[in-house]
Amino acid sequence: MHSQKLGWLLLSPTIVILGLFGIFPFIYVLWVSFHSWNPFAANPGMVFNWAENYRRLVFDPQFLASLGITLTFVFFAVVSELVLGYILAQALLKDFPGKAVFRTIHTLPLIMAPIIVGSVWKLMTTPSIGIIPYLLRSWFGYDLNIGQSAVAAFTVTVIMDIWHWTPLVTLSLIAALVSLPSDPFEQAQIDGAGKSQIFWHITLPLIRPALLATVFIRLMDALRTVDEVLMLTGGGPGSSTRYIGVHIFREVFPKTNYGYGSAISVIVLYLTIVVCWLLYVGLIAPRVKRG
Amino acid sequence: MKTRFPWLPVLLWTLISFVTLFPIYWLFVISVKQPFDLFSTPDVILRSFFWKNYQDVLTNPTLRGYMLNSLIISSGNALLVTTLGFLACYALTRFDLAGKESIFFWTITNRMAPPAVFLLPLFLLLTQVYRIGDFSLADSKLGMILVYCSFNLPFAIWTLRPTVEGIPKELDEAAYMDGASPWTVLYDIIFPLARPGLAVTLILTWVFAWNEYLLAATLTNFHARTLTTGLSEYVTTTGTAWGIMAAISMLTLVPALIVFSVVQRHIVAGLTFGAVKG
Repeated sequence: MHSQKLGWLLLSPTIVILGLFGIFPFIYVLWVSFHSWNPFAANPGMVFNWAENYRRLVFDPQFLASLGITLTFVFFAVVSELVLGYILAQALLKDFPGKAVFRTIHTLPLIMAPIIVGSVWKLMTTPSIGIIPYLLRSWFGYDLNIGQSAVAAFTVTVIMDIWHWTPLVTLSLIAALVSLPSDPFEQAQIDGAGKSQIFWHITLPLIRPALLATVFIRLMDALRTVDEVLMLTGGGPGSSTRYIGVHIFREVFPKTNYGYGSAISVIVLYLTIVVCWLLYVGLIAPRVKRG
Repeated sequence: MKTRFPWLPVLLWTLISFVTLFPIYWLFVISVKQPFDLFSTPDVILRSFFWKNYQDVLTNPTLRGYMLNSLIISSGNALLVTTLGFLACYALTRFDLAGKESIFFWTITNRMAPPAVFLLPLFLLLTQVYRIGDFSLADSKLGMILVYCSFNLPFAIWTLRPTVEGIPKELDEAAYMDGASPWTVLYDIIFPLARPGLAVTLILTWVFAWNEYLLAATLTNFHARTLTTGLSEYVTTTGTAWGIMAAISMLTLVPALIVFSVVQRHIVAGLTFGAVKG
Protein backbone atom coordinates (compact mmCIF):
# COMPACT_ATOMS: atom_id res chain seq x y z
CA MET A 1 0.00 0.00 0.00
CA HIS A 2 0.99 3.66 0.14
CA SER A 3 3.88 5.12 2.05
CA GLN A 4 4.15 4.28 5.72
CA LYS A 5 5.54 7.75 6.34
CA LEU A 6 2.12 9.25 5.71
CA GLY A 7 0.55 6.80 8.16
CA TRP A 8 2.94 7.82 10.91
CA LEU A 9 2.40 11.47 10.05
CA LEU A 10 -1.35 11.02 10.57
CA LEU A 11 -0.75 9.30 13.91
CA SER A 12 1.92 11.64 15.24
CA PRO A 13 -0.28 14.44 16.72
CA THR A 14 -2.20 11.81 18.70
CA ILE A 15 0.99 10.20 19.98
CA VAL A 16 2.55 13.55 20.95
CA ILE A 17 -0.52 14.88 22.79
CA LEU A 18 -1.19 11.62 24.63
CA GLY A 19 2.50 11.44 25.52
CA LEU A 20 2.53 14.94 27.00
CA PHE A 21 -0.76 14.64 28.91
CA GLY A 22 -0.91 10.90 29.56
CA ILE A 23 2.53 9.28 29.74
CA PHE A 24 4.41 12.14 31.45
CA PRO A 25 1.93 12.46 34.35
CA PHE A 26 1.92 8.68 34.65
CA ILE A 27 5.71 8.50 34.99
CA TYR A 28 5.47 11.15 37.70
CA VAL A 29 2.78 9.17 39.56
CA LEU A 30 4.90 6.03 39.27
CA TRP A 31 7.86 7.88 40.79
CA VAL A 32 5.78 9.31 43.64
CA SER A 33 4.36 5.84 44.40
CA PHE A 34 7.81 4.79 45.70
CA HIS A 35 7.92 7.65 48.18
CA SER A 36 6.18 8.67 51.33
CA TRP A 37 4.93 12.16 50.66
CA ASN A 38 2.51 14.64 52.17
CA PRO A 39 2.86 17.79 50.04
CA PHE A 40 0.73 19.85 52.43
CA ALA A 41 2.60 19.01 55.65
CA ALA A 42 4.91 21.39 57.49
CA ASN A 43 7.88 19.45 56.10
CA PRO A 44 6.79 18.48 52.57
CA GLY A 45 9.81 16.41 51.59
CA MET A 46 9.51 13.22 49.55
CA VAL A 47 11.06 10.26 51.30
CA PHE A 48 11.99 7.27 49.22
CA ASN A 49 10.59 4.19 50.96
CA TRP A 50 11.21 1.39 48.46
CA ALA A 51 8.04 -0.57 47.85
CA GLU A 52 6.53 0.14 51.28
CA ASN A 53 3.38 1.65 49.70
CA TYR A 54 2.84 -1.46 47.62
CA ARG A 55 3.51 -3.80 50.57
CA ARG A 56 0.95 -1.89 52.62
CA LEU A 57 -1.59 -2.08 49.82
CA VAL A 58 -1.60 -5.87 49.67
CA PHE A 59 -2.53 -6.08 53.36
CA ASP A 60 -4.93 -3.14 53.45
CA PRO A 61 -8.42 -4.56 54.12
CA GLN A 62 -10.05 -1.26 53.16
CA PHE A 63 -8.40 -1.29 49.73
CA LEU A 64 -9.33 -4.93 49.13
CA ALA A 65 -12.92 -4.34 50.23
CA SER A 66 -13.09 -1.30 47.97
CA LEU A 67 -11.82 -3.34 45.03
CA GLY A 68 -14.47 -5.99 45.70
CA ILE A 69 -17.44 -3.62 45.82
CA THR A 70 -16.12 -1.73 42.79
CA LEU A 71 -16.19 -4.94 40.75
CA THR A 72 -19.71 -5.76 41.97
CA PHE A 73 -20.87 -2.25 41.08
CA VAL A 74 -19.26 -2.39 37.64
CA PHE A 75 -20.72 -5.83 36.93
CA PHE A 76 -24.34 -4.91 37.75
CA ALA A 77 -24.18 -1.49 36.10
CA VAL A 78 -22.42 -2.44 32.86
CA VAL A 79 -24.39 -5.65 32.22
CA SER A 80 -27.72 -3.85 32.73
CA GLU A 81 -26.62 -0.98 30.50
CA LEU A 82 -25.63 -3.33 27.68
CA VAL A 83 -28.86 -5.33 27.73
CA LEU A 84 -31.07 -2.25 28.10
CA GLY A 85 -29.02 -0.24 25.61
CA TYR A 86 -29.28 -2.95 22.95
CA ILE A 87 -33.04 -3.37 23.39
CA LEU A 88 -33.58 0.39 23.23
CA ALA A 89 -31.30 0.78 20.18
CA GLN A 90 -33.29 -1.89 18.32
CA ALA A 91 -36.54 -0.25 19.39
CA LEU A 92 -35.36 3.13 18.10
CA LEU A 93 -34.49 1.71 14.68
CA LYS A 94 -38.13 0.89 13.97
CA ASP A 95 -40.43 3.55 12.61
CA PHE A 96 -43.12 4.93 14.91
CA PRO A 97 -44.75 8.31 15.54
CA GLY A 98 -42.60 10.68 17.60
CA LYS A 99 -39.44 8.60 17.28
CA ALA A 100 -37.11 11.62 16.99
CA VAL A 101 -38.58 13.21 20.12
CA PHE A 102 -38.23 10.01 22.14
CA ARG A 103 -34.67 9.56 20.98
CA THR A 104 -33.78 13.09 22.08
CA ILE A 105 -35.41 12.51 25.46
CA HIS A 106 -33.57 9.22 25.87
CA THR A 107 -30.23 10.98 25.24
CA LEU A 108 -30.82 13.74 27.82
CA PRO A 109 -29.18 12.05 30.86
CA LEU A 110 -25.99 11.72 28.85
CA ILE A 111 -25.60 15.47 28.47
CA MET A 112 -25.72 16.03 32.24
CA ALA A 113 -22.48 16.53 34.13
CA PRO A 114 -21.65 13.70 36.58
CA ILE A 115 -21.36 16.25 39.37
CA ILE A 116 -24.91 17.47 38.62
CA VAL A 117 -26.28 13.93 38.30
CA GLY A 118 -24.81 13.19 41.74
CA SER A 119 -26.43 16.31 43.22
CA VAL A 120 -29.85 15.61 41.75
CA TRP A 121 -29.92 12.00 42.88
CA LYS A 122 -28.79 13.12 46.32
CA LEU A 123 -31.64 15.64 46.46
CA MET A 124 -34.11 12.99 45.30
CA THR A 125 -33.01 10.27 47.71
CA THR A 126 -32.01 12.08 50.92
CA PRO A 127 -34.39 10.59 53.55
CA SER A 128 -35.75 13.81 55.08
CA ILE A 129 -36.34 15.89 51.93
CA GLY A 130 -36.13 13.49 48.98
CA ILE A 131 -39.10 12.72 46.77
CA ILE A 132 -38.24 9.03 46.28
CA PRO A 133 -38.16 8.02 49.98
CA TYR A 134 -41.32 10.08 50.45
CA LEU A 135 -43.19 8.30 47.65
CA LEU A 136 -41.92 4.85 48.63
CA ARG A 137 -43.08 5.46 52.20
CA SER A 138 -46.54 6.70 51.28
CA TRP A 139 -47.17 4.11 48.53
CA PHE A 140 -45.49 0.95 49.79
CA GLY A 141 -44.58 1.70 53.39
CA TYR A 142 -40.94 1.07 52.49
CA ASP A 143 -38.36 3.18 54.26
CA LEU A 144 -35.53 4.01 51.86
CA ASN A 145 -32.56 5.34 53.76
CA ILE A 146 -29.35 5.57 51.77
CA GLY A 147 -27.63 7.13 54.75
CA GLN A 148 -28.03 3.97 56.81
CA SER A 149 -28.64 0.95 54.62
CA ALA A 150 -25.57 -0.28 52.72
CA VAL A 151 -27.70 -2.25 50.26
CA ALA A 152 -29.94 0.75 49.56
CA ALA A 153 -26.95 3.04 48.97
CA PHE A 154 -25.31 0.50 46.67
CA THR A 155 -28.55 -0.04 44.71
CA VAL A 156 -29.12 3.68 44.27
CA THR A 157 -25.59 4.21 42.90
CA VAL A 158 -26.14 1.36 40.41
CA ILE A 159 -29.51 2.77 39.31
CA MET A 160 -28.00 6.23 38.97
CA ASP A 161 -25.23 4.83 36.78
CA ILE A 162 -27.72 2.93 34.62
CA TRP A 163 -29.89 6.04 34.27
CA HIS A 164 -26.90 8.17 33.31
CA TRP A 165 -25.03 5.86 30.93
CA THR A 166 -27.52 3.54 29.15
CA PRO A 167 -28.07 6.28 26.51
CA LEU A 168 -24.36 6.11 25.60
CA VAL A 169 -24.68 2.40 24.86
CA THR A 170 -27.90 3.01 22.90
CA LEU A 171 -26.33 5.75 20.78
CA SER A 172 -23.21 3.84 19.83
CA LEU A 173 -25.23 0.69 19.07
CA ILE A 174 -27.60 2.68 16.86
CA ALA A 175 -24.57 3.98 14.94
CA ALA A 176 -23.33 0.39 14.62
CA LEU A 177 -26.69 -1.13 13.67
CA VAL A 178 -27.47 1.36 10.89
CA SER A 179 -24.17 0.71 9.16
CA LEU A 180 -24.84 -3.05 8.89
CA PRO A 181 -25.18 -4.52 5.40
CA SER A 182 -28.65 -5.96 4.75
CA ASP A 183 -27.64 -8.92 2.53
CA PRO A 184 -26.82 -11.40 5.35
CA PHE A 185 -30.16 -10.65 7.03
CA GLU A 186 -32.15 -11.18 3.82
CA GLN A 187 -30.25 -14.37 3.13
CA ALA A 188 -30.94 -15.66 6.64
CA GLN A 189 -34.63 -14.88 6.30
CA ILE A 190 -34.78 -16.71 2.99
CA ASP A 191 -33.08 -19.67 4.70
CA GLY A 192 -35.79 -19.53 7.39
CA ALA A 193 -33.63 -18.57 10.38
CA GLY A 194 -35.43 -17.63 13.60
CA LYS A 195 -35.08 -14.32 15.43
CA SER A 196 -32.69 -15.64 18.06
CA GLN A 197 -30.59 -17.43 15.42
CA ILE A 198 -30.30 -14.20 13.44
CA PHE A 199 -29.28 -12.36 16.63
CA TRP A 200 -26.59 -14.84 17.71
CA HIS A 201 -25.17 -15.73 14.30
CA ILE A 202 -25.51 -12.54 12.28
CA THR A 203 -26.26 -9.39 14.29
CA LEU A 204 -23.91 -10.09 17.18
CA PRO A 205 -20.81 -10.99 15.12
CA LEU A 206 -21.37 -8.01 12.83
CA ILE A 207 -21.73 -5.42 15.59
CA ARG A 208 -19.00 -7.02 17.72
CA PRO A 209 -16.29 -4.38 17.10
CA ALA A 210 -18.62 -1.51 18.04
CA LEU A 211 -20.12 -3.50 20.91
CA LEU A 212 -16.68 -4.27 22.35
CA ALA A 213 -15.53 -0.67 22.02
CA THR A 214 -18.66 0.32 23.97
CA VAL A 215 -18.08 -2.34 26.63
CA PHE A 216 -14.49 -1.16 27.04
CA ILE A 217 -15.42 2.49 27.43
CA ARG A 218 -18.21 1.73 29.91
CA LEU A 219 -16.06 -0.75 31.84
CA MET A 220 -13.14 1.60 32.34
CA ASP A 221 -15.31 4.63 33.06
CA ALA A 222 -17.35 2.71 35.64
CA LEU A 223 -14.11 1.54 37.26
CA ARG A 224 -12.93 5.11 37.77
CA THR A 225 -16.25 6.72 38.73
CA VAL A 226 -15.70 9.53 41.26
CA ASP A 227 -17.80 12.70 41.07
CA GLU A 228 -21.23 11.09 40.91
CA VAL A 229 -20.80 8.72 43.84
CA LEU A 230 -18.79 11.18 45.92
CA MET A 231 -21.62 13.68 45.57
CA LEU A 232 -24.42 11.14 46.20
CA THR A 233 -23.16 9.08 49.13
CA GLY A 234 -19.62 10.30 49.82
CA GLY A 235 -18.62 6.62 49.84
CA GLY A 236 -20.90 5.68 52.73
CA PRO A 237 -22.65 4.48 54.75
CA GLY A 238 -19.55 2.93 56.27
CA SER A 239 -17.57 2.03 53.18
CA SER A 240 -20.43 0.41 51.25
CA THR A 241 -20.08 2.69 48.21
CA ARG A 242 -16.41 3.56 48.62
CA TYR A 243 -15.59 2.58 45.04
CA ILE A 244 -11.95 2.64 44.04
CA GLY A 245 -12.08 6.14 42.50
CA VAL A 246 -13.69 7.47 45.67
CA HIS A 247 -11.20 5.54 47.82
CA ILE A 248 -8.23 7.13 46.03
CA PHE A 249 -9.84 10.57 46.29
CA ARG A 250 -10.31 10.12 50.05
CA GLU A 251 -6.78 8.81 50.47
CA VAL A 252 -5.24 11.70 48.52
CA PHE A 253 -7.31 14.70 49.60
CA PRO A 254 -8.51 14.57 53.21
CA LYS A 255 -5.59 12.37 54.29
CA THR A 256 -3.06 13.94 51.87
CA ASN A 257 -1.39 10.56 51.64
CA TYR A 258 0.06 11.17 48.22
CA GLY A 259 2.56 8.33 47.98
CA TYR A 260 0.03 5.72 49.02
CA GLY A 261 -2.68 7.18 46.77
CA SER A 262 -0.27 7.03 43.84
CA ALA A 263 0.55 3.39 44.56
CA ILE A 264 -3.18 2.52 44.56
CA SER A 265 -3.63 4.38 41.27
CA VAL A 266 -0.72 2.57 39.66
CA ILE A 267 -2.06 -0.82 40.75
CA VAL A 268 -5.63 -0.01 39.71
CA LEU A 269 -4.45 1.29 36.35
CA TYR A 270 -2.32 -1.82 35.93
CA LEU A 271 -5.20 -4.16 36.80
CA THR A 272 -7.56 -2.28 34.46
CA ILE A 273 -5.05 -2.49 31.62
CA VAL A 274 -4.48 -6.21 32.20
CA VAL A 275 -8.20 -7.04 32.30
CA CYS A 276 -8.94 -4.94 29.22
CA TRP A 277 -5.93 -6.30 27.37
CA LEU A 278 -7.01 -9.90 28.03
CA LEU A 279 -10.49 -9.06 26.76
CA TYR A 280 -8.95 -7.33 23.77
CA VAL A 281 -6.60 -10.17 22.87
CA GLY A 282 -9.28 -12.77 23.49
CA LEU A 283 -12.12 -11.10 21.63
CA ILE A 284 -10.83 -8.57 19.11
CA ALA A 285 -7.42 -9.82 18.03
CA PRO A 286 -8.77 -13.12 16.54
CA ARG A 287 -11.03 -11.06 14.31
CA VAL A 288 -8.12 -8.88 13.20
CA LYS A 289 -6.05 -11.95 12.27
CA ARG A 290 -8.92 -13.50 10.32
CA GLY A 291 -9.62 -10.26 8.49
CA MET B 1 -41.31 0.26 6.83
CA LYS B 2 -44.46 0.40 8.95
CA THR B 3 -44.95 -1.11 12.36
CA ARG B 4 -48.25 -2.89 12.80
CA PHE B 5 -49.06 -1.40 16.20
CA PRO B 6 -47.59 2.13 16.24
CA TRP B 7 -49.25 2.85 19.60
CA LEU B 8 -47.33 0.13 21.44
CA PRO B 9 -43.83 1.64 21.00
CA VAL B 10 -45.30 5.09 21.63
CA LEU B 11 -46.81 3.90 24.91
CA LEU B 12 -43.61 2.15 26.01
CA TRP B 13 -41.43 5.11 25.09
CA THR B 14 -43.75 7.46 26.96
CA LEU B 15 -43.20 5.36 30.09
CA ILE B 16 -39.44 5.25 29.55
CA SER B 17 -39.43 9.01 28.99
CA PHE B 18 -41.12 9.55 32.37
CA VAL B 19 -38.30 7.71 34.11
CA THR B 20 -35.66 9.49 32.05
CA LEU B 21 -37.10 12.94 32.53
CA PHE B 22 -37.95 12.74 36.21
CA PRO B 23 -34.52 13.69 37.66
CA ILE B 24 -34.29 16.57 35.19
CA TYR B 25 -37.81 17.68 36.09
CA TRP B 26 -36.86 17.48 39.76
CA LEU B 27 -33.80 19.64 39.14
CA PHE B 28 -36.13 22.20 37.59
CA VAL B 29 -38.53 21.97 40.54
CA ILE B 30 -35.69 22.71 42.95
CA SER B 31 -34.44 25.59 40.83
CA VAL B 32 -37.80 27.38 41.04
CA LYS B 33 -38.59 26.69 44.71
CA GLN B 34 -38.44 29.28 47.44
CA PRO B 35 -35.40 28.52 49.64
CA PHE B 36 -37.55 27.80 52.70
CA ASP B 37 -39.81 25.40 50.72
CA LEU B 38 -36.87 23.19 49.92
CA PHE B 39 -36.97 21.40 53.24
CA SER B 40 -40.72 20.97 53.54
CA THR B 41 -42.56 17.81 52.52
CA PRO B 42 -41.74 17.04 48.89
CA ASP B 43 -44.52 17.44 46.38
CA VAL B 44 -44.40 16.03 42.85
CA ILE B 45 -46.56 18.78 41.39
CA LEU B 46 -45.13 22.25 41.11
CA ARG B 47 -47.42 24.89 42.65
CA SER B 48 -45.52 28.14 42.39
CA PHE B 49 -42.56 29.51 40.45
CA PHE B 50 -39.74 31.47 41.97
CA TRP B 51 -37.49 32.76 39.19
CA LYS B 52 -35.00 34.68 41.32
CA ASN B 53 -32.37 31.93 41.16
CA TYR B 54 -32.24 32.22 37.37
CA GLN B 55 -32.14 36.00 37.57
CA ASP B 56 -29.22 35.80 40.01
CA VAL B 57 -27.32 33.39 37.81
CA LEU B 58 -27.94 35.13 34.49
CA THR B 59 -27.02 38.58 35.78
CA ASN B 60 -23.84 37.32 37.35
CA PRO B 61 -20.93 38.39 35.05
CA THR B 62 -18.53 35.87 36.58
CA LEU B 63 -20.83 32.96 35.76
CA ARG B 64 -21.36 34.28 32.24
CA GLY B 65 -17.58 34.35 31.81
CA TYR B 66 -17.39 30.75 33.04
CA MET B 67 -20.03 29.77 30.51
CA LEU B 68 -18.07 31.34 27.66
CA ASN B 69 -14.91 29.55 28.83
CA SER B 70 -16.79 26.26 28.93
CA LEU B 71 -18.09 26.83 25.40
CA ILE B 72 -14.64 27.64 23.99
CA ILE B 73 -12.91 24.78 25.77
CA SER B 74 -15.43 22.07 24.96
CA SER B 75 -15.89 23.12 21.32
CA GLY B 76 -12.14 23.43 20.78
CA ASN B 77 -11.54 20.09 22.40
CA ALA B 78 -14.32 18.26 20.53
CA LEU B 79 -13.17 19.58 17.14
CA LEU B 80 -9.50 18.82 17.82
CA VAL B 81 -10.20 15.37 19.21
CA THR B 82 -12.60 14.35 16.42
CA THR B 83 -10.21 15.57 13.72
CA LEU B 84 -7.14 13.87 15.22
CA GLY B 85 -9.15 10.74 16.00
CA PHE B 86 -10.39 10.58 12.40
CA LEU B 87 -6.85 10.94 11.01
CA ALA B 88 -5.55 8.35 13.46
CA CYS B 89 -8.32 5.89 12.55
CA TYR B 90 -7.55 6.33 8.87
CA ALA B 91 -3.89 5.56 9.59
CA LEU B 92 -4.82 2.56 11.75
CA THR B 93 -7.22 0.97 9.27
CA ARG B 94 -5.62 1.73 5.88
CA PHE B 95 -1.86 1.59 6.52
CA ASP B 96 0.25 -1.41 7.35
CA LEU B 97 2.14 0.16 10.25
CA ALA B 98 4.40 -1.84 12.55
CA GLY B 99 2.80 -2.28 15.98
CA LYS B 100 -0.38 -0.43 15.06
CA GLU B 101 -2.58 -2.73 17.16
CA SER B 102 -0.41 -1.98 20.21
CA ILE B 103 -0.63 1.76 19.54
CA PHE B 104 -4.40 1.44 19.22
CA PHE B 105 -4.58 -0.31 22.57
CA TRP B 106 -2.12 2.10 24.18
CA THR B 107 -4.31 5.10 23.33
CA ILE B 108 -7.18 3.74 25.43
CA THR B 109 -4.96 3.12 28.48
CA ASN B 110 -4.81 6.91 28.79
CA ARG B 111 -8.49 6.91 29.64
CA MET B 112 -8.13 4.24 32.33
CA ALA B 113 -6.16 6.36 34.80
CA PRO B 114 -8.01 7.13 38.06
CA PRO B 115 -8.35 10.91 37.84
CA ALA B 116 -7.81 11.97 41.48
CA VAL B 117 -4.14 11.18 41.65
CA PHE B 118 -3.28 12.64 38.23
CA LEU B 119 -4.40 16.10 39.28
CA LEU B 120 -1.14 17.08 40.95
CA PRO B 121 1.21 15.87 38.19
CA LEU B 122 -0.89 17.68 35.59
CA PHE B 123 -0.91 20.80 37.74
CA LEU B 124 2.89 20.73 38.08
CA LEU B 125 3.38 20.07 34.37
CA LEU B 126 1.08 22.91 33.36
CA THR B 127 2.44 25.48 35.80
CA GLN B 128 6.14 24.63 35.60
CA VAL B 129 7.05 22.55 32.57
CA TYR B 130 4.79 23.32 29.62
CA ARG B 131 5.74 26.94 29.06
CA ILE B 132 7.56 28.91 26.43
CA GLY B 133 8.91 32.17 27.82
CA ASP B 134 5.98 34.06 29.32
CA PHE B 135 3.40 31.82 27.70
CA SER B 136 2.22 29.06 29.99
CA LEU B 137 -0.51 26.48 29.54
CA ALA B 138 -1.55 26.85 33.18
CA ASP B 139 -5.02 28.33 33.67
CA SER B 140 -5.40 28.83 29.90
CA LYS B 141 -8.16 27.67 27.59
CA LEU B 142 -5.61 26.08 25.25
CA GLY B 143 -4.16 24.19 28.22
CA MET B 144 -7.56 22.76 29.14
CA ILE B 145 -8.31 21.90 25.50
CA LEU B 146 -5.09 19.86 25.42
CA VAL B 147 -5.54 18.31 28.89
CA TYR B 148 -9.02 17.06 27.94
CA CYS B 149 -7.43 15.19 25.03
CA SER B 150 -6.08 12.70 27.56
CA PHE B 151 -9.53 11.17 28.05
CA ASN B 152 -11.39 12.34 24.92
CA LEU B 153 -8.89 11.47 22.20
CA PRO B 154 -8.81 7.74 23.11
CA PHE B 155 -12.61 7.81 23.22
CA ALA B 156 -12.75 9.36 19.74
CA ILE B 157 -10.30 6.84 18.30
CA TRP B 158 -12.13 3.87 19.82
CA THR B 159 -15.61 4.95 18.77
CA LEU B 160 -14.53 6.02 15.28
CA ARG B 161 -12.46 3.00 14.34
CA PRO B 162 -15.39 0.63 13.61
CA THR B 163 -16.93 3.34 11.43
CA VAL B 164 -13.80 3.94 9.35
CA GLU B 165 -13.10 0.21 9.21
CA GLY B 166 -16.65 -0.41 7.97
CA ILE B 167 -16.14 1.77 4.88
CA PRO B 168 -15.21 -0.67 2.07
CA LYS B 169 -11.51 -0.44 1.16
CA GLU B 170 -12.46 -0.98 -2.50
CA LEU B 171 -13.85 2.57 -2.56
CA ASP B 172 -10.58 4.31 -1.74
CA GLU B 173 -8.51 1.80 -3.71
CA ALA B 174 -10.57 2.66 -6.80
CA ALA B 175 -9.94 6.35 -6.17
CA TYR B 176 -6.19 5.75 -5.88
CA MET B 177 -6.34 3.91 -9.21
CA ASP B 178 -7.82 7.09 -10.67
CA GLY B 179 -4.81 8.99 -9.35
CA ALA B 180 -6.36 10.66 -6.30
CA SER B 181 -4.05 11.80 -3.51
CA PRO B 182 -4.51 10.40 0.04
CA TRP B 183 -5.85 13.77 1.20
CA THR B 184 -8.48 13.80 -1.54
CA VAL B 185 -9.52 10.27 -0.64
CA LEU B 186 -9.72 11.22 3.03
CA TYR B 187 -11.80 14.31 2.34
CA ASP B 188 -13.99 13.26 -0.58
CA ILE B 189 -14.60 9.57 0.12
CA ILE B 190 -13.95 8.58 3.74
CA PHE B 191 -15.20 11.78 5.36
CA PRO B 192 -18.72 11.86 3.85
CA LEU B 193 -19.24 8.15 4.55
CA ALA B 194 -17.97 8.46 8.12
CA ARG B 195 -20.27 11.39 8.93
CA PRO B 196 -22.77 9.60 11.21
CA GLY B 197 -19.90 8.18 13.27
CA LEU B 198 -18.11 11.53 13.32
CA ALA B 199 -21.29 13.28 14.46
CA VAL B 200 -21.78 10.87 17.36
CA THR B 201 -18.12 11.27 18.35
CA LEU B 202 -18.31 15.05 18.11
CA ILE B 203 -21.34 15.44 20.38
CA LEU B 204 -20.13 12.94 22.93
CA THR B 205 -16.63 14.39 23.25
CA TRP B 206 -18.15 17.89 23.38
CA VAL B 207 -20.43 16.80 26.20
CA PHE B 208 -17.64 15.05 28.14
CA ALA B 209 -15.48 18.19 27.96
CA TRP B 210 -18.41 20.47 28.84
CA ASN B 211 -19.24 18.32 31.88
CA GLU B 212 -15.76 17.67 33.24
CA TYR B 213 -15.35 18.77 36.83
CA LEU B 214 -12.33 17.42 38.75
CA LEU B 215 -9.58 18.56 36.36
CA ALA B 216 -11.17 21.95 35.73
CA ALA B 217 -11.60 22.54 39.46
CA THR B 218 -7.92 21.85 40.11
CA LEU B 219 -6.17 23.20 37.03
CA THR B 220 -7.94 26.52 36.51
CA ASN B 221 -8.52 29.51 38.70
CA PHE B 222 -9.74 32.37 36.55
CA HIS B 223 -8.94 32.58 32.84
CA ALA B 224 -10.16 29.10 32.00
CA ARG B 225 -12.61 28.42 34.84
CA THR B 226 -15.63 26.48 33.61
CA LEU B 227 -19.31 26.41 34.50
CA THR B 228 -19.21 23.10 36.38
CA THR B 229 -16.53 24.47 38.70
CA GLY B 230 -18.74 27.54 39.20
CA LEU B 231 -21.23 25.11 40.79
CA SER B 232 -18.88 24.17 43.59
CA GLU B 233 -18.59 27.83 44.60
CA TYR B 234 -22.12 27.55 45.95
CA VAL B 235 -21.23 24.72 48.31
CA THR B 236 -19.97 26.69 51.30
CA THR B 237 -19.31 26.00 54.94
CA THR B 238 -22.58 27.73 55.83
CA GLY B 239 -24.59 25.36 53.65
CA THR B 240 -25.34 24.63 50.04
CA ALA B 241 -27.33 27.05 47.90
CA TRP B 242 -29.32 24.25 46.28
CA GLY B 243 -31.65 26.57 44.39
CA ILE B 244 -28.78 28.44 42.71
CA MET B 245 -26.94 25.19 42.04
CA ALA B 246 -30.04 23.73 40.41
CA ALA B 247 -30.49 26.86 38.30
CA ILE B 248 -26.86 26.68 37.09
CA SER B 249 -27.32 22.96 36.41
CA MET B 250 -30.43 23.63 34.32
CA LEU B 251 -28.50 26.27 32.38
CA THR B 252 -25.60 23.89 31.69
CA LEU B 253 -28.14 21.63 29.98
CA VAL B 254 -29.21 24.29 27.48
CA PRO B 255 -26.07 24.57 25.29
CA ALA B 256 -25.60 20.81 25.46
CA LEU B 257 -29.17 20.40 24.23
CA ILE B 258 -28.62 22.89 21.39
CA VAL B 259 -25.38 21.21 20.27
CA PHE B 260 -27.10 17.87 20.46
CA SER B 261 -30.10 18.87 18.37
CA VAL B 262 -27.89 20.54 15.74
CA VAL B 263 -25.71 17.48 15.25
CA GLN B 264 -28.58 15.04 15.57
CA ARG B 265 -29.66 15.89 12.02
CA HIS B 266 -26.46 14.23 10.83
CA ILE B 267 -27.19 11.10 12.81
CA VAL B 268 -30.62 11.02 11.17
CA ALA B 269 -28.88 11.48 7.81
CA GLY B 270 -26.76 8.51 8.81
CA LEU B 271 -29.91 6.54 9.58
CA THR B 272 -31.41 7.28 6.14
CA PHE B 273 -28.11 6.42 4.53
CA GLY B 274 -28.26 3.03 6.22
CA ALA B 275 -31.79 2.53 4.95
CA VAL B 276 -30.96 3.57 1.38
CA LYS B 277 -28.01 1.22 1.29
CA GLY B 278 -30.23 -1.74 2.12
